[in-house]
Amino acid sequence: MTAVPVPHRVVARRPETADTVTLRFEPVGRPLPDFLPGQFAMVHAFGRGEIPVSVSSVQATGGLAHTVRSVGAVSDGLCAVRVGDVVGIRGPYGTSWELERARGRDVVIVAGGIGFAPLRPLILGALAEPEAYRRINVLIGARTPSDLIARAEVASWATAYTGVTVDQPEPDWRGDVGVVTQLLGRAHFEPEETTAFVCGPEPMIRATARELIQHGVPHDRVQVSLERNMRCATGHCGHCQLGPVLVCQAGPVVDWAQAEPLLAVREL
Amino acid sequence: MPPSIALRMNHALPAEHRERLLRIGRETDFPQGARLFEEGGHADRFWIVRSGTVALDMHVPGRRPPVIETIGVGDLVGWSWLYEPFVWQLGAGAVTSVRAYEFDAVAVRLMCLNDAEFGRAVEHWVGRVLAHRLNAARARLVDLYGIYETKEER
Ligand SMILES: Cc1cc2nc3c(=O)[nH]c(=O)nc-3n(C[C@H](O)[C@H](O)[C@H](O)COP(=O)(O)OP(=O)(O)OC[C@H]3O[C@@H](n4cnc5c(N)ncnc54)[C@H](O)[C@@H]3O)c2cc1C
Ligand code: FES
Repeated sequence: MTAVPVPHRVVARRPETADTVTLRFEPVGRPLPDFLPGQFAMVHAFGRGEIPVSVSSVQATGGLAHTVRSVGAVSDGLCAVRVGDVVGIRGPYGTSWELERARGRDVVIVAGGIGFAPLRPLILGALAEPEAYRRINVLIGARTPSDLIARAEVASWATAYTGVTVDQPEPDWRGDVGVVTQLLGRAHFEPEETTAFVCGPEPMIRATARELIQHGVPHDRVQVSLERNMRCATGHCGHCQLGPVLVCQAGPVVDWAQAEPLLAVREL
Repeated sequence: MPPSIALRMNHALPAEHRERLLRIGRETDFPQGARLFEEGGHADRFWIVRSGTVALDMHVPGRRPPVIETIGVGDLVGWSWLYEPFVWQLGAGAVTSVRAYEFDAVAVRLMCLNDAEFGRAVEHWVGRVLAHRLNAARARLVDLYGIYETKEER
């Protein structure tokens, strides 16, 4: 881990939707340690500032990439960078998805919106070793069909079940409409023998985790990724505090047994 | 029986009641684009989807009916048949070609009347589906129209 941003050059830039791009990086000098799926980096857009962004691809499978949605000053700046530009990256930070714990079990991966990005390397990791898991299910929810990330890639995945649903259909949409939890009914899994991974907006995480648990998935086998405002990412500034924990260190990936009481706390 | 959150994960009808129900179901097909029922119509039957996707939509004067939700394999289509005044609250159309089991509402309601235990099981099942759809609708309302901040002040 390094506390100083390491310069990285953008080697590929793929627009995903109107406000989201995937950027692939190569280190200009000394490389960073390998990231694990679920971990995040502090990405510095020069002249703009620094934000936490999960890895949407890890070095081990195709190089370091981030998928960024433009919501404000820094993320706008990152979305606007061109191939050849240099940004500063420090990391890896935070906890990772515990894919190991899913071995021999059914896997349910639920993504809402940009929450797809941190789950993508996990999905690729699981698909690279299909015999290690029972049935892999991927459930994706987005606001509109135009907000779906990596549609072609998703369509190519060989899983037991991959479902995509949107809140607001567009005229040519023939797929599902409704909340992502409704897709749970179509997935193939035995709740007691399932490990689940959930990332998305907080209300979506709560609804999904509750439903999984209601149907018998054990509390500690539902892993969720929490988002909190971060500044140092090293446990010093306290910006990311959620109840008694610092999310930059205890998270972003925690199991629901740990997350549920934290998310029940009213905003601090 | 195909899976559904309400029908599959132990929250479904107990096996004996499920079998009784299935015995009076008949297999039916809808081509893509077919209408299953219209808002305001008499709710005299219901379906369980065997394959394909059904969209529930709402009538908005002068506009294409917006899709509220789609339902698929194993899902129950229609609950208005169980509760008076037996009037469809939404419309339903086949998004893809659809295969389904169709059930006659009057026959099922009679079975419920004649066998209290079966009746309780069916009501419990439909109630669970309803609760689930209500929760889903609320979550979507918050997601589509709600303003919530995920960030604290810096
Ligand atoms: C662990 C972690 C992983 C993350 N991974 C990713 C990722 O892979 N891809 C990605 O695009 N983003 C990710 N984020 C979110 C990203 O860090 C924020 O979007 C970013 O900090 C916004 O900074 P900004 O300066 O562009 O916008 P600001 O100017 O700070 O904010 C602009 C507007 O956006 C809103 N906003 C800011 N952050 C969020 C948010 N997280 N959710 C909803 N609204 C927000 C603000 O309330 C404000 O209205 C992650 C955050 C964390 C903590
Ligand atoms: S971001 Fe500073 S303590 Fe977590």
